Amino acid sequence: MSAARRPDQYAPLVGLVAVVTALLVLELLIRAGIVNKFIVPPPSEIITSFERVIVEEDIVHRFLLTATECLTAGVMLTAFGILGGVLLHRFSLLQRACETWIAALASAPVVLMYPLFLVIFGRNAWTIIMIGFVAALPPVILKTLEGLSGTRRVLINVGKSFNLTPAQSFWKILFPAALPTIFVGLRLGLIFALINIVGVEFLINFGGLGQLINELAERYDLAGTYAAICFVILVSVLFFMALERIERWLRPAH
Amino acid sequence: MLDVDGLHVEFQTPDGPVVAVEDVTLTVRKGEFLSIIGPSGCGKSTVFNVIGGLLTDHGGRVAIGGETIAGPHPAIGMVFQEESTFPWRTVIDNVAFPLELVGMPKTQRLERARHFVDLVGLSGFERRYPGELSGGMRQRVSLARTLASEPKILLMDEPFAALDEQTRLLLGDKVLQIQQELRQTTLLITHNITEAVQMSDRILVMSYRPGRTKRIIDIDLPRPRTSAIVGSEAFGRYVAQIWADLREEASRGMNDDELRRGAAGAARTGA
Repeated sequence: MSAARRPDQYAPLVGLVAVVTALLVLELLIRAGIVNKFIVPPPSEIITSFERVIVEEDIVHRFLLTATECLTAGVMLTAFGILGGVLLHRFSLLQRACETWIAALASAPVVLMYPLFLVIFGRNAWTIIMIGFVAALPPVILKTLEGLSGTRRVLINVGKSFNLTPAQSFWKILFPAALPTIFVGLRLGLIFALINIVGVEFLINFGGLGQLINELAERYDLAGTYAAICFVILVSVLFFMALERIERWLRPAH
Repeated sequence: MLDVDGLHVEFQTPDGPVVAVEDVTLTVRKGEFLSIIGPSGCGKSTVFNVIGGLLTDHGGRVAIGGETIAGPHPAIGMVFQEESTFPWRTVIDNVAFPLELVGMPKTQRLERARHFVDLVGLSGFERRYPGELSGGMRQRVSLARTLASEPKILLMDEPFAALDEQTRLLLGDKVLQIQQELRQTTLLITHNITEAVQMSDRILVMSYRPGRTKRIIDIDLPRPRTSAIVGSEAFGRYVAQIWADLREEASRGMNDDELRRGAAGAARTGA
């Protein structure tokens, strides 16, 4: 048993070593002049620019702003996305009428509609949150629908054999059976939301990390730009870790 | 205890209506173990679904203690052919499921569930998830869950069909032991002759489509029985007798299948 667990224990270390090695290789390629340092700054410069970016650019505040926008969009996605999927599953007419449109919306570049959102919500955080929310809604709805529709017939029949009410059948069988697929949808949704939120911040030059990336890029501060991108990755990592925790708590068997 | 009278089930197909079950009549007495056996496609599972209340569009009557039922009835506990444990619940929580539904307090229901886990021989596995168990163990969890609801009639649809022969025989022993211990009225749907003879007091043999009652055979073998009985001469005689009945029906089913496949092939090639 312990021998089987060993590779798992070393996995984070192997991952860290791989990243450090890749950065070292990149550093060497840039110093050797193989990679242009005016396109990709050396990792050492990015690391040294962290302090400057944190102190001078108020990055903690911007990081919290982007994270809050993501969290708000995420909460809205969970509530409305899952509800949408449940309604589509419950009412087949609604499903037949809307499923194709929702799938089409999933591939639509919603971010390009930012002028419309600016008109509706104004130049504030709600424009950013709403674009992130709308762009990320389809995968959550569709995956919830897929999870509920994919519940094995025999499990539903077990519920019927125990005379479950429709509400009991939903909460005790359908929903837990669909949870793994719903979490796939939430993960996809959060990726879509984060990309769109940072993208809109960049486009409308407002808010958190996206705006900072825009400003640093305008100043041609490449090391600073990459350092800010690292903070976007940090937001993503934090959200995925939180989601993984919630998932493990809700689905201990998996 | 359970009366099925003149059961008739018809399905609509693209080629017109197909009679799946015709005029099946049977009675399961209190404490009896009755098996329904028949070739593939004879409508055994349809009978299971009707008695379990999952299929309500049928002719004839199904009654428990004289009361006609039209849907799932609390007196009937079902064990399905497919693996049906809840993968997100531990063994103990799976078994406690029906007790949770009736609002039994947690401590009490876990204690009660533990009794049924023990009954199916899974003590020590209470905190495991179904994904960590073998197919046979999972089927025992399903059985324990159904038994925990304390049904008057245990209805099982080929519960060991997906298991290997050795596990099937051993599980058969377990079911028999439980059935004797609880004096549980049981109706087993199966296509396995050995299994049916090993466990049953009576066996209803069904004909191939449409499924009708071909014969009801009393199994006069001593109880308590175990899988060791399969080697006895009397057991062999019963198996031979049932196979003689089933052989004809199974051949009809096989010919039917071949004809259908031939017609489908001819339609595809345009011959």
